[in-house]
Amino acid sequence: MSVDDRQRKAERIRHLLDTEGNNVHENTQVFNDGRYESTADLEDYDGLKDEARAIKEDTIERLPELIHQVIEAVETNGGTVYLADDAADANRYITEVAGGRDVVKSKSMTSEEIEANESLEASGADVWETDLAEFVLQVADEAPSHIVAPAIHKSREEIADLFNAHFDPEEPLETAEELTQFAREYLGEKIMDAEVGMTGANFVTADTGTLALVTSEGNARKCVQATDTHIAVAGVEKLVPSVEDLQPFVELIGRSGTGQDITSYISLFTPPGDSPTFDEGDELGPGDDREFHLVLIDNGRMEMREDDQLRETLYCIRCSACANSCANFQHVGGHAFGGETYSGGIATGWEAGVHSQDSAAEFNDLCTGCSRCVNACPVKIDIPWINTVVRDRINHEDQTEFDFLVEGLTPDEEPGRMDLQKRFFGNYATLAKLGSATAPMSNWLAGTKPAQVLMERFMGIDRRRDLPKFRRETLRKWFEARGGSRISRTDASREAVLYPDAYTNHVQVERGKAAVRVLEALGVSVQIPEVASSGRAPLSQGMIGTAERHAHEVYADLAEHIDAGRDVVVIEPSDLAMFAGEYEKFLPEQSAERLDSNSYEIMEYVYGLLENGASGRELRAGGGEGVAYHSHCQQRTLGLEAHTVAVLDELGYDVLTSETECCGMAGSFGYKREYYELSMDVGSELESQFQAENARDRTVVASGTSCLEQLESLLERPSQHPVQLVDPVR
Amino acid sequence: MSAEPITTFESSLDEVGVELVQTTSDQFESTLIPLLNARAVGTPLPFENVSLPDAVEVDPTVQELETAETGVTAAGYAIADYGSVVIQGGPDGEEPVSLYADEHVAVIAGSDILPDMDTTFDRLAEDIRSGTGQAVIATGPSATADMGALVKGAHGPMDVTVVLLEDR
Repeated sequence: MSVDDRQRKAERIRHLLDTEGNNVHENTQVFNDGRYESTADLEDYDGLKDEARAIKEDTIERLPELIHQVIEAVETNGGTVYLADDAADANRYITEVAGGRDVVKSKSMTSEEIEANESLEASGADVWETDLAEFVLQVADEAPSHIVAPAIHKSREEIADLFNAHFDPEEPLETAEELTQFAREYLGEKIMDAEVGMTGANFVTADTGTLALVTSEGNARKCVQATDTHIAVAGVEKLVPSVEDLQPFVELIGRSGTGQDITSYISLFTPPGDSPTFDEGDELGPGDDREFHLVLIDNGRMEMREDDQLRETLYCIRCSACANSCANFQHVGGHAFGGETYSGGIATGWEAGVHSQDSAAEFNDLCTGCSRCVNACPVKIDIPWINTVVRDRINHEDQTEFDFLVEGLTPDEEPGRMDLQKRFFGNYATLAKLGSATAPMSNWLAGTKPAQVLMERFMGIDRRRDLPKFRRETLRKWFEARGGSRISRTDASREAVLYPDAYTNHVQVERGKAAVRVLEALGVSVQIPEVASSGRAPLSQGMIGTAERHAHEVYADLAEHIDAGRDVVVIEPSDLAMFAGEYEKFLPEQSAERLDSNSYEIMEYVYGLLENGASGRELRAGGGEGVAYHSHCQQRTLGLEAHTVAVLDELGYDVLTSETECCGMAGSFGYKREYYELSMDVGSELESQFQAENARDRTVVASGTSCLEQLESLLERPSQHPVQLVDPVR
Repeated sequence: MSAEPITTFESSLDEVGVELVQTTSDQFESTLIPLLNARAVGTPLPFENVSLPDAVEVDPTVQELETAETGVTAAGYAIADYGSVVIQGGPDGEEPVSLYADEHVAVIAGSDILPDMDTTFDRLAEDIRSGTGQAVIATGPSATADMGALVKGAHGPMDVTVVLLEDR
């Protein structure tokens, strides 16, 4: 990306933060909190998600057969199915069916994807969006900023101003009730007059040809009932095999999206329906000669089905959980975090599949891989992985024959023309090694004004960030110099390998020393062998080939220790998350599992030792000391926040945990020129909580390196890793 | 029917802002009349010996439908866990009657309260396979948050009342 592009991107984000950020933030927070509350009520949330995923896996696997089946079912019912190859094909059919008649629509992202309104209007039809948010956008001539609540970026005041200016009502509209009533009446007339009703479909059952529509306003019901011709537009992936298969989705979709146990209406239509319809005049007429057209759209989906990496995208039920749970999305909304049609975490997969990789490239970097969306997704899609894969593909675009020249000079597996910023952050481990070897010179250089300006210009590193200071004496050198572990292997209760991640070994050396002392205080004999870096840094830049190489090296370096009965203790949560997650994709199943099941986060390990009878006597007790603790995104996804809290609690610390899910830094993200302000905006929530009266005097601790770096820039007081807090020699 | 689904149903209805009125077949008319507003429309009820009072228009014009304050329909069954009623529509007009009036009154037999979504979908699947063209799982009134705050009563009813026939 050029300097100018970065600048433009930064300005665009700044603009959205100022204009739409607050509304999006407020609303997505309500959805997100609602999701936690509503899913907690389920007896077996995880089981339900497994069930939903299994149904989708089966559906996509058997898709051609199910398409065949649904065609038969709909035709038996008296309807028609049209299989459209792409948007143009679908629109040709839809406009032909509508025949220039007026159309009332309920909300459908698939119809946005094919831009059905534009082609219907071009054919002479009037098209009315009857979903209130879509209606607002139609009046404002804007694109959706959220896949479920498309006008989420607009406040009541803005909508009132828009309506008052556009419709000039006798009495100016003001309250949400007045605006709703006005829209209901206005659209009610359109519904009454229209002859064609268009809906999407959340699900379509292959066995009976039943459409399931998940709605709250009642407009979809009216659009179907009041018209003579019903056109339903759905991607082919919306099929499920049978009516019974709808059950887990019905229980999950509202909870996952807007945080409602269930929306007001789940309509199960097996068209053509026979509800009385509105004829000319004042009488209700018989509804038994309705026409029904199901337009099933491919538009790239069958190719996605063949793509081992993008296939999972087709399991998506468009609930919006990955948008609502995402800190970056919460702050900028879908106008930045979205492509031509779709927005939020999974949008990268959709845009790359149905539009183009270029559309995905526009916003793909806004996914920091924090993994907060992973547990939120009702069909357990590995959304960060899809983002990483697409990033990798973008990196490999435009390869030239001279790539090998650059490739020979770089320590990674990536193509020559890759973005320099990504290459810089992706090779952090090499940089750290060099940085320590040449410290303090390297730090002086990096800290000078000219160097900062150059780095901003060529690598897009924001000059307002301080780069990490490399330490001349690495953790491994220190450990060697002190003569290795103070607990001999024969006296030890357990043996552990402390994983020397690039940050702990070269930058955050003190937390590594503290970890050694804490482990020894609990009777553990420690080793710190040379182990490759985890590959987290290159992975986050979409450098999958390089990350995979790291995975093989790490496994080779650690396997023998595991065989010798040593536990692998990891300080940096994002590295542990690699072992537990992405390594599954890089290593043979058995190897990945062996590494995962023998690896522990440092405080999780301390917790386990204490639980199993180790004495915490030598650890530094809290004596009531107030602590403000910020966990780490990936640590939370792994369910490991509680262990740190429990250990600190047990040792007599008074712990307050952060309510914000993300600090905003996310590894290299916050360093990047184009994202610096967004990163600080996301971080401001954590800042206000830790500066509040009940937290202001507490000692700040955080588990992740980048969280610590962000806290350093947000707060005036210092922060540290929790293991440093309980370090016996603190 | 055990007492438990009713208790669960009642508290679920309460959470979604729906009033539950319990009555018997004999008392149905006298229970319903005070719940009706001036302009009431309805569809014939499928319960033996239970019928709508004369005040309820069962063959409304479009105008009457649009301006109705109350719409009375039967519900095929209810879901105790969610406080939902399943409106199965057809030529009698359950769909428009339950949708256009300001308030929807759903009449349900006590024996049709199903405990959860799982049992409901077993029933729904059976019904759909035997020809039920429309079934709406309706939970509470229609609602929207699209105008900057939560509003009850969007395109559909703003109030819902469930009348339960205990002896059915």
